[in-house]
Amino acid sequence: MCLAVPGELLEVAGDDPLTREGRVAFAGVVRRVNLAYVPEARAGDYVLVHAGFAIAVIDEAEALRTLALLDEIGLEGGQ
Amino acid sequence: MKHLDEYRDPETARRYADAVAEIVTRPWTIMEICGGQTHSIVRHGIDRMLPDGVTLLHGPGCPVCVTPPGMIDAAIAIASRPEVIFCSFGDMLRVPGNDRSLLAAKARGADVRMVYSPVDAVKIAQDNPGREVVFFAIGFETTAPATAMAVLQAQGMGVGNFSLLVSHVLVPPAMEALLSDPANGVQGFLAAGHVCTITGYKDYEPIARCHRIPIVVTGFEPVDLLQGLYMVIRQLEDGRCEVENQYSRSVRPEGNPEARDAVGRVFGVQAQDWRGMGRIEASGLGLSERFAAFDALHRFPMITPGAERASECISGEVLRGARKPSDCPAFAKGCTPEHPLGATMVSSEGACAAYYRYRRPALAATV
Ligand code: SF4
Repeated sequence: MCLAVPGELLEVAGDDPLTREGRVAFAGVVRRVNLAYVPEARAGDYVLVHAGFAIAVIDEAEALRTLALLDEIGLEGGQ
Repeated sequence: MKHLDEYRDPETARRYADAVAEIVTRPWTIMEICGGQTHSIVRHGIDRMLPDGVTLLHGPGCPVCVTPPGMIDAAIAIASRPEVIFCSFGDMLRVPGNDRSLLAAKARGADVRMVYSPVDAVKIAQDNPGREVVFFAIGFETTAPATAMAVLQAQGMGVGNFSLLVSHVLVPPAMEALLSDPANGVQGFLAAGHVCTITGYKDYEPIARCHRIPIVVTGFEPVDLLQGLYMVIRQLEDGRCEVENQYSRSVRPEGNPEARDAVGRVFGVQAQDWRGMGRIEASGLGLSERFAAFDALHRFPMITPGAERASECISGEVLRGARKPSDCPAFAKGCTPEHPLGATMVSSEGACAAYYRYRRPALAATV
């Protein structure tokens, strides 16, 4: 029910804050998504989509940091 | 797909499971709050990758499962009126109320429609000016902003034939309720990453402090879950009880301010009944005074949600993590996804459905 899926924002349309929309590509499908809650989102960003709304722009730097954490743990384990 | 596949890599997941095994010195019991996490854990066998003694309890985080049966009865009563088009998320349609489900009502002629987003229901209202369109607004903090925007759009566009049957629930009060039960064995929490994407995690800090319990905001993929578990267990082993954020690619400490603002404008916090858990103070959302005209229970004053009737289903205990689905005498016998006795068997995120789908052959082999 709280399923939210990341997708790539292809383009943004409209500037009404309540109905600003974008086209988002998920694996295999493109959907229209309401962007009211991610005013900072720009084409090329990855957004997290739930119930037709983008609820976050994925932070690329944090994503890399999360993936790098394992290597840090690996180092700790080796000490 | 980027931001998905790298968190599903089995080799990375296995290395995390090894890292967990390396730091565990004692048995620990950890609860994942969210039904989406439960589904992922059971599906990918995450619980079986953990060392003996580390136990995962499945929490109450399935909004479909915790919607009180009396509210579903009210939904059916509204949906059965000839002037009504009743819109709902698909997950909710098969969940039984005290007597039957919305799908059964549809089979008897009610105009029940599945929507993907609450704003789709506003569109249906615009397209059907002669009908009353009611949306069944369920969900946690993750979903409330979508519902709030449907109300703001309907108000902004003057759509008068749209209303909501609201049964929105909030996570932190349910965690408090679980922890206040002296029989609960929970020593650490994986908090729900998508809920916190909206709310941030400041509200969790007093819970961690008062109950001396580590809370790690965690994502949904196998690597996320194992990393979250690693972080909780690291804290437990170190004797710390902090709020940490594993899911930082989506969750900021303050959450999503625009979404929180919309929810704050449209809704107010109120006491809420949870299926199987009873009434919990300040654990639900209701339409605020300004938007009371959009409340379906005002528009259909002849309909009042009733109480929950006793049944043989133990889903209340399953939702509190007190018992596993396989402990239920009806599991896979009287109760199956085709003939569910309780909501936790219907919803794809319910613990009973997850066990039925991924664990039944193994369970049968042990009998
Ligand atoms: S198996 Fe069925 S009857 Fe038993 S707790 Fe789960 S939903 Fe209820």
